[in-house]
Amino acid sequence: MTDYNFAYLDEQTKRMIRRAILKALAIPGYQVPFASREMPMPYGWGTGGVQVTAATLTPGDRLKVIDQGADDTTNAVSIRKFFERTAQVATTTRTAEASVIQTRHRIPETPLTAEQVLVYQVPIPEPLRFLEPSEVETRKMHELSDYGLMHVKLYEDIARHGHIATAYAYPVLVADRYVMDPSPIPKFDNPKLSNCPAIQLFGAGREQRIYALPPHTKVVSLDFEDHPFEPSKADAACALCGDDASYLDEVITDDAGTRMFVCSDTDHCSARRDAGHCGEDAA
Amino acid sequence: MTPLLEVRAVTKTYGARIGCRDVDFTLWPGEVMGVVGESGSGKSTLLSCLSGQLAPDAGEVLFDTRAGGPRDILAMDEAGRRMLARTDWAFVHQNPRDGLRMGVSAGGNVGERLMAVGARHYGDIRARAADWLARVDITADRMDDRPGTFSGGMQQRLQIARNLVTGPRLVFMDEPTGGLDVSVQARLLDMLRGLVRQMGLSAVIVTHDLAVVRLLADRLMVMKGGHVVEAGLTDQVLDDPQHGYTQLLVSSVLQV
Repeated sequence: MTDYNFAYLDEQTKRMIRRAILKALAIPGYQVPFASREMPMPYGWGTGGVQVTAATLTPGDRLKVIDQGADDTTNAVSIRKFFERTAQVATTTRTAEASVIQTRHRIPETPLTAEQVLVYQVPIPEPLRFLEPSEVETRKMHELSDYGLMHVKLYEDIARHGHIATAYAYPVLVADRYVMDPSPIPKFDNPKLSNCPAIQLFGAGREQRIYALPPHTKVVSLDFEDHPFEPSKADAACALCGDDASYLDEVITDDAGTRMFVCSDTDHCSARRDAGHCGEDAA
Repeated sequence: MTPLLEVRAVTKTYGARIGCRDVDFTLWPGEVMGVVGESGSGKSTLLSCLSGQLAPDAGEVLFDTRAGGPRDILAMDEAGRRMLARTDWAFVHQNPRDGLRMGVSAGGNVGERLMAVGARHYGDIRARAADWLARVDITADRMDDRPGTFSGGMQQRLQIARNLVTGPRLVFMDEPTGGLDVSVQARLLDMLRGLVRQMGLSAVIVTHDLAVVRLLADRLMVMKGGHVVEAGLTDQVLDDPQHGYTQLLVSSVLQV
């Protein structure tokens, strides 16, 4: 198949996206507007992430795509196929072997390295959106670092639930300047954002925004002095590989309340099983 | 003594129409100034100009800031003005829905100003919010309810608590008792008068209700067609009105 330009987008579009990425890297956490293109997939399937990946890929790259930690779900499979077809790049499911990783809602368990780029798919880039409906006003608030409202949301959580109940898309302060929505990753992954050696790029296709974290950026999760931030996960060990430190998915196995917890990161889980680790339900 | 607020020749026009023209006055610390006049006389335009929400075409508004002495708020940058608006100033809207966040609990509404100026201790924020809700007669068990479940009078009291929690020195009020029934009005006025005296607040109150200014204001300005037609001590203006329009206004009040 040679009818596509490398990685689907035309060169001018990729230049435009790269300019936005460079600007985003220069101002960590700032949402850079860009002229998002129609992609051959519906909004919500990662059109922003796909465009960032397309602008980032080179023929020598090895791509990994994950959706909620898994390499084998619809979203991951279709985006991986898309780039296999339009860019003919090598793909992998192994985190350590990949040079570009496009992700939806997770950061891989395997620590990232300075040779890697992590691309997030972002549905709503504006952390203040559900608190302040006006885009004009939220931009003003970012401009003036006027972020008291973000804590009102956390206050409401504690007043209603007794603890900060926000479990995903947990707001962070980037490099002591911009408040950023880390995309809907579980707050378990928030500490991994900070001081990460890899480049982290965030693309929101429908909202036409790109933002970024350059390597080793300080990222702090917002909290109160007397209610500090706590990364949380299910209190169990993976039923397949026995890991009690990785983020777990709850899987309902029948209609009588039986459930099992398994690693959300499938690559991490299978690598552990290959290495001989075994959970209580492993067949 | 430095005046808290000094207004010099403030003019705002909407195209050919006059919003307000050449308004001068001085507000001293602890003083309450009433602005009365009919609808369309430029009261609200004047208030918006004073509180930095609207840029006047000409004139100066000098506010005696805590740190830097008198400064022209119109020449300040937006960040400085916002900081003033949530520390030294308060703005009470006629409709509490304009001044409250309806999707946030009463406690959160009061706490917002504290968090905006840097409070990051949940226990402290909550304690101060509870204290202020009690001061405006909202019971502790309503603290986590949203303002939508409150009556009109309670919403207005909540708005006042939310504004006064950071201990402002100057309060702008735009028809604070509009849309409330008379008994609730009386209670609100009583509470406002107590708070103003207790905290030594200065205030600019815009209203068309002469009873409100009679109770609260030390001095009074009467506006018509964008101009100030008469100004003086409240009792003096109301008991012995000089300008024809003021005489009409005073004699229009229904006597029950």
